[in-house]
Amino acid sequence: MTSFTTKYIEIQGVAQTFKTRKGPFRALQNINLTVAKGEFVALIGHSGCGKSTLLNLIAGLTTPTEGSLLCANREIAGPGPERAVVFQNHSLLPWLTCFENVYLAVERVFSATENKAQLKARTDAALAMVGLTAAAQKRPGEISGGMKQRVGIARALSMEPKVLLLDEPFGALDALTRAKLQDELLQIVATTQSTVVMVTHDVDEAVLLSDRIVMMTNGPSATIGEVLKVELPRPRSRVALAEDIRYLGYRKAVIDFLYTRQGHVEKAA
Amino acid sequence: MVSAVFHSPLEAAPAARGGDKAKARDAGPAPSAPTHNMTNPTSTPSAAQAVAPDTPARAPWDASFLWLAVLPPLLGLGLLALVWELVFMGTGGSIPSPKDTLMQAVQIFSDPFYSKGPNDQGVGWNVLSSLKRVAMGFGMAAVIGIPVGFMIGRFNFLSRMFNPLISLLRPVSPLAWLPIGLLVFKGANPAAIWTIFICSIWPMIINTAVGVQRVPQDYMNVARVLNLSEWKIVTKILFPAVLPYMLTGVRLAVGTAWLVIVAAEMLTGGVGIGFWVWDEWNNLNVKNIIIAIFVIGIVGLVLEFALIKLATAFTFEEVKN
Repeated sequence: MTSFTTKYIEIQGVAQTFKTRKGPFRALQNINLTVAKGEFVALIGHSGCGKSTLLNLIAGLTTPTEGSLLCANREIAGPGPERAVVFQNHSLLPWLTCFENVYLAVERVFSATENKAQLKARTDAALAMVGLTAAAQKRPGEISGGMKQRVGIARALSMEPKVLLLDEPFGALDALTRAKLQDELLQIVATTQSTVVMVTHDVDEAVLLSDRIVMMTNGPSATIGEVLKVELPRPRSRVALAEDIRYLGYRKAVIDFLYTRQGHVEKAA
Repeated sequence: MVSAVFHSPLEAAPAARGGDKAKARDAGPAPSAPTHNMTNPTSTPSAAQAVAPDTPARAPWDASFLWLAVLPPLLGLGLLALVWELVFMGTGGSIPSPKDTLMQAVQIFSDPFYSKGPNDQGVGWNVLSSLKRVAMGFGMAAVIGIPVGFMIGRFNFLSRMFNPLISLLRPVSPLAWLPIGLLVFKGANPAAIWTIFICSIWPMIINTAVGVQRVPQDYMNVARVLNLSEWKIVTKILFPAVLPYMLTGVRLAVGTAWLVIVAAEMLTGGVGIGFWVWDEWNNLNVKNIIIAIFVIGIVGLVLEFALIKLATAFTFEEVKN
């Protein structure tokens, strides 16, 4: 059990092949990665490189064709509330209010041990954490994209997951809303000490938020090209980091990888 | 496959709110158009806004409203009356004139619920007994068809098993089943209900199954990540997601049932709007036949409209698509 905290999530020799009409398509191969408890890891790469495929594998939504995935020394056999996912397109149920969407998750995880008032308090707390107390009784159709994504984050956090999986959570938002939610996420993760794996295609987002950046090569047959350790002290401030020489160095390293060494997306696709 | 999307001229038309009942009744296939702006026909645009500040989005009263919302339906009805009048003159009176028919209609509707024995009852009784047959046949079809649709949609094996059967039986005219019904149930009334049952069940099975198959994968992923129980999946995700498709199936089924009941009753007799048409043909009372055609049309329109309203109330932004 000594390796438990340094190897909380363990991915060993994973490959994923999809069956398509044109024959088998090898999306991922030879993926080896470990994530420590409480670590924030960003997966970055060009679109189509299999970042989301890898995240779905960790979530347990799909099973790998080769290799194995472990979470807390147990094989990941299927999806479960201990690995909460914030989906790219928020995936809220349109016929439920924001409160009910979050409550569905809270109820699933805590109804065995807590009474209704406590469940309700948890839901309210989760919505308050993302600043949506006022919109609790609104349906997803009545709120903005940024608010929907926040409800998705509240739903994921309300389950007190061991691992938080974020699939390009801020990709569809405008730059200002995205920055605000990134700051909120930094705070929330600092408070909850969650283990986070985040898929992104935004270099600044990756450097600002993560402890390590996993850079992936272009698909098909994508794999991990390089892992960059981001050793910036926390709490991090967006404004202070903007002129930090180390921040700029990390940023340059990622951009170098993405655009110089893995720049030929169209050719590969 | 039956399209499970709402397509109807009624859907786009705004509901009549308040205002002139006479106008609302006239409205044919494109009903209504809000008439309450008509209450202030002489006011200038600014005055209209001052009078009704709670309806800022609505354009102030102008000629184009009259031009598009009131005039065309009235013109359409006028055209119908004109063609009818021409036919009346062309056939030398064997088809009654609109005016005579209207007067006959006033007389018939002044006493719709009289009853002089099984073969002579008021138009109200005839419509009600037809509606009762439709409700019974349709109700049984819903009770069986919707669960079957859910199963077919959820399990690929069942879908492959039943698809050939449905494809084979669906195109058959429901009236072809009438002799089987007469043979099995030994009575006209149950045979008519059986025919309604057969024609209503296909749209309900097919639309429910399509609805279940089209539940967005995102929602199912949420269910899988939360590890929801099968009961929660059905009540919180599947049922709300399928409801609009199901209601489309219901609407199609009711529409078909209303078409079929008239024909079935012509063949089986008894009390009912279809039998009434046939009876009046035997009496050579053409005015009553024409009145019956209007009654059938109006009842069908009301059924369709009510179900569309019901369906839109249960359709949410993301699943509307």
